[in-house]
Amino acid sequence: MEWKGRDVISIRDFSKEDIEFVLNVAERLEAELNEKGSLDYAKGKILATLFFEPSTRTRLSFESAMHRLGGSVIGFSSASSTSVKKGESLADTIKTVEQYSDVIVIRHSMEGAARLAAEVAEIPVINAGDGSNQHPTQTLLDLYTIKRAFGKIDGLTIGLLGDLKYGRTVHSLAEALAFYNVELYLISPELLRMPKHIIEELQEKGVKVHETSDLEGTIPGLDVLYVTRIQRERFPDEQEYLKVKGSYQVNCEVLKNAKETLKVMHPLPRVDEIHPEVDKSKHALYFRQVFSGVPVRMALLGLTLGVL
Amino acid sequence: MAELKVTAIKEGTVIDHIPAGKGLKVIEILHLNRPNGGALLLASNVHSKKLGKKDIVKVEGRFLSEEEVNKIALIAPTATVNIVRDYKVSEKFKVEVPDEITGILRCANPNCVSNHEYTVSKFYVVSREPLKVRCHYCERTMEEDEILRNL
Repeated sequence: MEWKGRDVISIRDFSKEDIEFVLNVAERLEAELNEKGSLDYAKGKILATLFFEPSTRTRLSFESAMHRLGGSVIGFSSASSTSVKKGESLADTIKTVEQYSDVIVIRHSMEGAARLAAEVAEIPVINAGDGSNQHPTQTLLDLYTIKRAFGKIDGLTIGLLGDLKYGRTVHSLAEALAFYNVELYLISPELLRMPKHIIEELQEKGVKVHETSDLEGTIPGLDVLYVTRIQRERFPDEQEYLKVKGSYQVNCEVLKNAKETLKVMHPLPRVDEIHPEVDKSKHALYFRQVFSGVPVRMALLGLTLGVL
Repeated sequence: MAELKVTAIKEGTVIDHIPAGKGLKVIEILHLNRPNGGALLLASNVHSKKLGKKDIVKVEGRFLSEEEVNKIALIAPTATVNIVRDYKVSEKFKVEVPDEITGILRCANPNCVSNHEYTVSKFYVVSREPLKVRCHYCERTMEEDEILRNL
């Protein structure tokens, strides 16, 4: 697979070999960074971050990754300060920005926006979230975090908790986990079950899938508990949101029967689904997960730029 | 005897076994009603042994390729195509759902970029029976009823 010039739009475009390759490059870069403090692979290269929708972690970690590679960053963090306000099309915005940069990272509220951007641009485009569709770099950093914590992904029992219906993070993660020999527990209220087509896809690929609403009963068997926020903004109906809001909270009491080695993950931001008392426990892995964003995005930027 | 209700053509294409009522849509999708094109004949609600009732479209002076005709597979999966030369059927084939559908279907997802920006819509066929397609842009899947509503 030729990485130079490649777009990163959807986890569906990745084979298991691609995923493993990125994770290995990220691990190598993390070690190099620890040793040298800063790197210069992307010296003279410019990243454009086009955030039509707000974000804290994703934008900052892409920018941090580019700086750590020795490159520089231009961009915007809200569409309101751009010509989009004047009615400029997405295609024209992309064609303009690519004159100023070597790689584009885009987040947009519309599903498919990153795919369209990649078709229009000559330079590589990386999807940092397109509406409720895909967020492939989050999936890769989630896998990286698991692999770094356990030394492997195969053989683990993983629970996905919370909004499994609307959450793009858990959809992509489940699809990527299907490449591995894992057992999945899908824990959610009835109203927020994982879409049937995804469960069918997982089963076709040989993943053992269990659906349940019982968090406490499931915890003792888990190696990883991946918690997600119930996202108010994705609900078409406020009443439905109120019915499921606060259905689960992971706290020390809930975790008392967990394996010693259980790791709790969360893509963040969290609201009240993980109590802050868990932060100091041996189970908390979510801030380490945030850190993983940097080496994984360094790997993707470096590979697509062809500088590694 | 249904074919005799409309004139036989000398050279061109006959699309038979179109589900009743879909003939006009077939003409639209295949752009058969161009002002400078040959004669175009549509028979609607014709008796059919296979379908009960069917539509037939005949177009003179145009030989449609299998690839072109496959565009109508979504609305007329039962259609059969006869290429006519000198009043005789020289080739006969059935329509098949292609692997990719470009340009004729609109995505049912209102938040899909293809409904807001200039794009040529593109779908991948995930399953033929039952029919299911995935949008190239937003990756959402559409099933038969949604597909028919968005043609």
